Amino acid sequence: MSLDIARIRADFPLLAQEHNGHRLVYLDSASSAQKPQSVMHAMDEFMEHSYANVHRGVYAIAEAATARFEAARATVAGFIGARESAELAFTRNATEAINLVAHSWGRTNLAAGDVVVLTEMEHHANIVPWHMLAAERGIELRWIPIDAEYRLDLTNLDETLSGAKLLAVTAMSNVLGTVNDIPMLVRAARSAGAHVLVDASQAAPHLPIDVQAWDADFAVLTAHKMLGPSGIGALWARRELLEAMPPFLGGGEMIRDVRKDGFTTNDVPWKFEAGTPAITEAIGWGAAIDYLQGIGMDAVHEHEVELTRYALDALDAEFGERLTIYGPSTTDARGGVISFLFPAIHAHDVSQVLDEEAVCVRAGHHCAKPLMRVLQIPATSRASLYLYNDTDDVDALIVGLTHAEKFFAVDPT
Amino acid sequence: MAGLEDLYREIILDHYRAPRNRGELEVPPAHQVEGFNPLCGDEVILYLDVENGMVSDVKIAGQGCSISQASTSMMSAAVKGRSVAEARTITRAFKALMSIHESKIGGDDVDATADDLAGVRLGDLEALQGVVKFPVRIKCATLAWNTLVQGLDEIESSH
Ligand SMILES: Cc1ncc(COP(=O)(O)O)c(C=O)c1O
Repeated sequence: MSLDIARIRADFPLLAQEHNGHRLVYLDSASSAQKPQSVMHAMDEFMEHSYANVHRGVYAIAEAATARFEAARATVAGFIGARESAELAFTRNATEAINLVAHSWGRTNLAAGDVVVLTEMEHHANIVPWHMLAAERGIELRWIPIDAEYRLDLTNLDETLSGAKLLAVTAMSNVLGTVNDIPMLVRAARSAGAHVLVDASQAAPHLPIDVQAWDADFAVLTAHKMLGPSGIGALWARRELLEAMPPFLGGGEMIRDVRKDGFTTNDVPWKFEAGTPAITEAIGWGAAIDYLQGIGMDAVHEHEVELTRYALDALDAEFGERLTIYGPSTTDARGGVISFLFPAIHAHDVSQVLDEEAVCVRAGHHCAKPLMRVLQIPATSRASLYLYNDTDDVDALIVGLTHAEKFFAVDPT
Repeated sequence: MAGLEDLYREIILDHYRAPRNRGELEVPPAHQVEGFNPLCGDEVILYLDVENGMVSDVKIAGQGCSISQASTSMMSAAVKGRSVAEARTITRAFKALMSIHESKIGGDDVDATADDLAGVRLGDLEALQGVVKFPVRIKCATLAWNTLVQGLDEIESSH
């Protein structure tokens, strides 16, 4: 049941572009995904016919806007397997969702000497908020290392988790492609008495996920990586946690009552949604999820695994030892993020040559500098695959890389 | 449409493949200064030997893309053996060359007028002008120069 990629590509107008006479080859979906027509259409249609602020007016379009906005929330909640929509608070992105947890849950529940466990493969979004809390509260950060196969090294897991209050871990690395075994990590954290925050920013777009099956406490995701618009993301948390947490930002929408001498908070999840939310973006995100579900996350994942296998084999056949791949060599528990480096050519220079041929890859540290330090490299090039990519895209990448290798070859003379 | 040849002139690739003045100097007497490009992780470490107002020696460590490596190498060749004042003038002229998209770099204004810099000959450095057509790479080209200025400022303020 492989996907009809030509049909899928036709849904993404941007992919029809050409640059320098080359067909656009978009291999940077781990950074942000392209959008299908249905998402743009849903947002346009909403603004043309039903736009109004939400949870405020009693007139018909305000009611309609509120209903559509809350329906989008239900769609996102359903997509990740939440028990109820009330467990899903909209945020600006995954970064804000993690900051919300650090600020609200963290400052209520963590004190000097408490331990938060991270992994060496976290994105800065799941590191810096904890550094900030460490600076403010004196909490201790511990790190689960990676092994030679670019997976978490769990040798000392129990020791690392011992006495910890929180494990904050990504479900899938945005640099290595590694998919972590979340249910196992949650079990280990639980038996150590720690809560678990799962960064699902990379997993949600590419794998079927189920926060209840994970048995996690918090999960964060971001719409723009999963075919939706930028400017909206979400925090999922178990209801009792959300109810016990103090609000994050204060203002309209998040209150029940405000007096001169104080305020009371709204019910969850609105307690965490101060100010006018990203209304049209929520509609767009709902449409993006409808699109993904129309194809099926199992099919999306299967396609990406096949294409990743193809890419890893093709890179190996063409470059062998001359190209280092930073990520698992097998496609078990691995997504379609492929980081690579010619040891003698900087990632930026490779990207520049690829850009000439309209091949879009990311170069840099991918907001994972601690990981780059562990790998002892300043940067990688990263090609990331999604449901609209096919073997032609991978082939174009390889041709571009052969040109980059030639262009920067050090003269043997 | 700017092509790769605009960016990667032969002289740039030459400096990239065979960088001048790689190495370290003993600190002290030399002064060490580091610069980072947070965007791409490029890193330059300069060792500056300044005596009697002269940049008597420069050595370079660190890592980065071809543009930042070549620019660092060319900078070291351009300022070594010059007076601090000359090194600063060359820096201003180079930044002016890069300033089409980045009018203010590293805190000191690049408002040098053409008159001010009229007599400055950049020579090989002009090969880096193609970088301005690739705005994201300008920071790669200016990293070494900003680091140089930082180092010279530190040396002068410590006297
Ligand atoms: C694993 C991971 N976590 C968090 C983020 C942050 O996402 P956003 O910038 O949308 O908040 C990203 C995006 O780069 C990511 O890859």
